[in-house]
Amino acid sequence: MGEYVIKLPDVGEGVAEAELVEWHVKIGDLVREDAVLAAVMTDKATVEIPSPVDGEILWLGAEIGDTVAIGSPIVRLKVAGEGNVVSGAKPPQGMAAPTPNRSAQGGGEGATAAEAKPVSSSPAKPSASKSEPAPQSPLSGGARGGGTAPMSRGVATSGAPRTEGEKPLASPAVRLRAREAGIDLRQVGGSGPAGRISHEDIDAFLARGPQLARATGLAPKDGVEDIKVVGLRRKIAEKMSLAKSRIPHITYVEEIDVTALEELRAALNKEKRQDRPKLTLLPFLMRAMVKAIADQPNLNALFDDDAGIIHQHEGIHIGIAAQTPTGLVVPVVKHAEARDLWDSAAEVNRLAEAAKSGTATRDELSGSTITITSLGAMGGVATTPVINHPEVAIVGVNKMMVRPVWDGTQFIPRKMMNLSSSFDHRVIDGWDAAVFVQRIKALLETPALIFVD
Amino acid sequence: MKEISCKLLVVGAGPGGYVCAIRAGQLGVDTVIVEAGKPGGTCLNVGCIPSKALIHAAEEFEKVAHMAGGKSALGIAVAAPTLDLAKTVSWKDGIVSRLNSGVAGLLKKAKVKTVQGWATFRDGKTVEVETETGTQVIRAETIVIATGSAPVELPLLPFGGPVISSTEALALGDVPKKLAVVGGGYIGLELGMAFAKMGSHFTVVEALPRVLAQYDAELTRPVLKRLGELGVEVMAGATAKGLSTKGDALLVETADGKNAKVAADKILVTVGRKPLTEGWGLEQIDLDMAGKFIRIDDQCRTSMRGIHAIGDVTGEPMLAHRAMVQGEMVAEIVAGHKRSWDKRAIPAICFTDPELVTAGLSPEEAKALAGEIKIGQFPFAANGRAMTKQGEDGFVRVVARADNHLVLGIQAVGQGVSELSAAFGLALEMGARLEDIAGTIHAHPTQGEGFQEAALKALGHALHV
Repeated sequence: MGEYVIKLPDVGEGVAEAELVEWHVKIGDLVREDAVLAAVMTDKATVEIPSPVDGEILWLGAEIGDTVAIGSPIVRLKVAGEGNVVSGAKPPQGMAAPTPNRSAQGGGEGATAAEAKPVSSSPAKPSASKSEPAPQSPLSGGARGGGTAPMSRGVATSGAPRTEGEKPLASPAVRLRAREAGIDLRQVGGSGPAGRISHEDIDAFLARGPQLARATGLAPKDGVEDIKVVGLRRKIAEKMSLAKSRIPHITYVEEIDVTALEELRAALNKEKRQDRPKLTLLPFLMRAMVKAIADQPNLNALFDDDAGIIHQHEGIHIGIAAQTPTGLVVPVVKHAEARDLWDSAAEVNRLAEAAKSGTATRDELSGSTITITSLGAMGGVATTPVINHPEVAIVGVNKMMVRPVWDGTQFIPRKMMNLSSSFDHRVIDGWDAAVFVQRIKALLETPALIFVD
Repeated sequence: MKEISCKLLVVGAGPGGYVCAIRAGQLGVDTVIVEAGKPGGTCLNVGCIPSKALIHAAEEFEKVAHMAGGKSALGIAVAAPTLDLAKTVSWKDGIVSRLNSGVAGLLKKAKVKTVQGWATFRDGKTVEVETETGTQVIRAETIVIATGSAPVELPLLPFGGPVISSTEALALGDVPKKLAVVGGGYIGLELGMAFAKMGSHFTVVEALPRVLAQYDAELTRPVLKRLGELGVEVMAGATAKGLSTKGDALLVETADGKNAKVAADKILVTVGRKPLTEGWGLEQIDLDMAGKFIRIDDQCRTSMRGIHAIGDVTGEPMLAHRAMVQGEMVAEIVAGHKRSWDKRAIPAICFTDPELVTAGLSPEEAKALAGEIKIGQFPFAANGRAMTKQGEDGFVRVVARADNHLVLGIQAVGQGVSELSAAFGLALEMGARLEDIAGTIHAHPTQGEGFQEAALKALGHALHV
């Protein structure tokens, strides 16, 4: 029988000490190799300490809440065979410093180093360690390995453990300052003798903020970056404010079965001439809108609410909301009523390209009478589009996906897509809005209707 | 009926109340203080101050009497002194009245309005005061109850005739030939020893097995020795049973169950003090209590919003300096500052001969809190200054945690050690370790060196023992 000492291994991240937060064993327990003995917490992570050997716990070297120096013995085990404690002799010095990237490396003994590899519960973040106060002693488990007793000089360690209910140690002046600053001194580590909290500790605490996140490895941040709202962003902000403050929106969401449309689109794309653009859903929608507007021309209008006049346009100029690196822009496909499917597609592509590269002219970015907005592949189930003031309607395209649809006898997979459309309720009644969307739905679900007059 | 209103009303102008009012006034809080008696409360009028005056007079008289006995080691010989107690008392009254007007002046300077009369709560915001000129109603946003405490009366020995409380003992016309004191706590022994020095034959009757039972036996030993030298009879474990029919003796049941008669001209009952919670309308506001005391939190708030309580009415230790700090704190809270009670030690002094000082934890308490402790004790027999003052009895004792040497408690017994309480309190509040005290230069020759030496002793290297 021999005795085996387990020392607190270097838990990485350049820490010199760790707080013991949990014992998984008690004196007298029999443990197997790799059984978890304890958990320690550094500023960033909780690390479990496994047993490198089978044995019986003889001694535990720290209380929960104690701060234990790396390399301090924390457990003594009775083991079969020789153990690692040579009677009367000092334990041998440990290995060389651990490799920097490992989150864990064995502590004092060569024998334990290979096996006592703690499991880090959260990945080490080497870059974050620079914010930590410099440890006052050499870092590596090896260098400190030679039997440093835990808290052998409690007077010398920072943040000496306080028993529950014990008052934090601080002079009346420090206490007063903490009170006025709203600091709970129980949360402040004392760097002074016997864990006394100094004015400097308060400074450090204030600079660092409350360390709520010690247990999670997350850190609260208090910085604020001021960003001036200029250029396009200011334009967008103004337009959105104008639209939302003036226009009482009504938003209508309807789902559309686009299975047939998708088949047609695929077929057309397959058969298309070389010089023709690849078709997306957009040109079909544009054509459908042109048809629907023919029945309800009041939707293709600009409402001059200051003058109290609705300018109902004959020409249908469809704005296509597009995301660019600098923000949202709305290039306009002019005279959609005069463009066929291919022409519409080509114009959309051209404008999108121009908008993205920033070469779209002022003319190309203005003059719309109705707008389409689409988040494309991001889609979403529904949106509440904001009307492009002073227009009176906007049609939003949501993501297409295959959904089960009840056909009367069974569920069948259908390609479904929602349209989320908003209307200016001052001049468009809900009924009109619904009729408009239902018309588009009918056209898109039976796409042949788009092409017949 | 007159009505006034104010931001802060303080009921009782004892050390807690008047400090609270002065501080509030300094902070610009519109403050009224009500007091039925003279400002200064028990402490100034019938407690700390007058008793210390009398104790000093007794000490001086005893010194001279000792010299007159022809046994003075100092080689001083004088004729036998006489004592005119009435004159002593009027000198003491002079001090008290100077301090009375001092407090009144400070209140005035702080722009605090003083209303003379007995206050009774009408509700949580309103108090009625019976003044000489009629009833004054005072409405206040915040009220501080600082009504203090009163001597406890024994049912078998009601005050009156030869049975007196500490208040009457401080105003006697002549020195009683035979004085019996019931209750061997600090008040009884302070006064009893003073009268013993002035020539009374003094018997103390204590129900507990020993006098000054709140202190550990080691600390009180020098006091017991001195009681013996003064010829004081100590009846411990004995119970006072009443007054003899003639009224010239105290009936006592001794520790072994026998009945005894203690001849006495005056019987001073000092069995403790009780919080003054009656007669001012506590029932109108129905505050939560903690035993006999008004329950307060760490900001001296009671269970009713807008009512604070401070001082003796809120619990032990019933000490003026505790009340003063509470009063100051409450005033600052009322003025909108962030404060709460965070003191580590309330030093307590017993002005017997020799004096006793305690601050922080006793060795027993320290052991219970911290587990392993270190104790360093330095005797005044090894202190040069104590020798030159003929005060070799006693010691300083320092109690510290064994693991980090944080000083948890300090006790001392010896001539004049009351003044060391300042150093003890500071050490504890600052969170001193043994090394801090050992590392502070203490001027030579003073009794304060004993403090440093005690710390050194706890560290294992005292120099002068």
